[in-house]
Amino acid sequence: MSSDSEVNQSRRGALKCLAFGGAGTLFVLSGGVLAPIDLALAASKKSAHAMAGMPLFLQISDTHIGFNKEANPDVAGTLKETIDFVNAMPTKPALTIHTGDITHLSKAEEFDTASQLLSGLNITELHTVPGEHDITDGIGTEYFSRFGQASANRGYYSFDHNGVHFVALVNVMNFKPNGLGAFGDDQLAWLEQDLKGHSSSTPIVVFAHMPMWTIYEPWGWGTGDADQATSYLRRFGSVTVLNGHIHQIVQKVEGNITFHTARSTAYPQPTAGDGPGPGPLKVPSDQLPRMLGITSIRILAHPSSAQLTDTTLG
Amino acid sequence: MLTKNLARNLANTFAVTAMLATASMAGIGIAQAQEAKAVVMKNFDFSPMSITIKAGTSVTWKNLDGEPHTVTSVDGLFRSGALDQNDSFTFKFDKPGTYKYLCSIHPRMMASVVVQ
Repeated sequence: MSSDSEVNQSRRGALKCLAFGGAGTLFVLSGGVLAPIDLALAASKKSAHAMAGMPLFLQISDTHIGFNKEANPDVAGTLKETIDFVNAMPTKPALTIHTGDITHLSKAEEFDTASQLLSGLNITELHTVPGEHDITDGIGTEYFSRFGQASANRGYYSFDHNGVHFVALVNVMNFKPNGLGAFGDDQLAWLEQDLKGHSSSTPIVVFAHMPMWTIYEPWGWGTGDADQATSYLRRFGSVTVLNGHIHQIVQKVEGNITFHTARSTAYPQPTAGDGPGPGPLKVPSDQLPRMLGITSIRILAHPSSAQLTDTTLG
Repeated sequence: MLTKNLARNLANTFAVTAMLATASMAGIGIAQAQEAKAVVMKNFDFSPMSITIKAGTSVTWKNLDGEPHTVTSVDGLFRSGALDQNDSFTFKFDKPGTYKYLCSIHPRMMASVVVQ
């Protein structure tokens, strides 16, 4: 793994800031070139050679169990569909991360339904972070009673898998007056310490609910103190930052750091600034499956890079 | 100025007391005399954004949006939990002061209750 470092250095700064949206896109970051490749679900077999090997892990986000409005009256159904799709994937991801808003109203029965559905995944390892919808019951009693163990009830934690260092962060419990998310000083100090022990050639995956860069401040789509966190990540050769919250794909590349937001499995939201606020977007029912989906992420070792594949339900 | 305000506050207090006394005597429930003030959440805003009430009055918030909101006081005094569309939350303010609150799901939604 250490041999990757030199390769990474040569790639540093080669990537420009780019943002993409849309369905079924495969992002390949390799050799300094960011290439979006269309990836219709039907064509996934055809393009299999481009992603040979096993996707390392899967991102599910914003399942919003408990939501029942017209934008999607059956969010349990679409999550079930997502799970069936994942279980039918030709290669089985090693683990799943859920980037928050597991539930809509933080209710016990919503968490119960979500846990029951997610237990249907044939991937046993599930890592979560809370979204703001998961902790409206105060300090997140329902969330932490179920998922708090991984972090001694702090919410943030890290773990290693296949040589990749995963960091789970919480940016929904410490809001700033400007409405953006925040990590807070304690968590930032923990992050700095956590990353210290890892060499720059270690691939890093960071996940948190709210976007870790400011996509649209009037709707609070960003994290106020994310710059501090990003400064600790810059020295690494491959950093993938995975977020949810905005129910649509937005991506940015900055140096060796790729920022990416995932689709929801429940309902889409408007693009930034379109309408009074970031509420559920009602689309014709035949279009809905194309706006819901998951992201699979494969970390390549030589050279160290990440492939992000966004797949929709329809 | 201070004296004037004090005098006015005292006068208000007396007026309210007198009104309550009258109401009680007339057999009208006190609750009616202290009817809850209403605030709605609509299009990702609290409306009105500032409301002034007398101590002992309740405020009822109702969410009209399809997206849930919360009424969460900045100093932790009150917290509604998630209010789905058409859900309400009521809190009674006993002590004078300015109480800032926000929606913890959409924290740009900030508003205040001024209790006299």
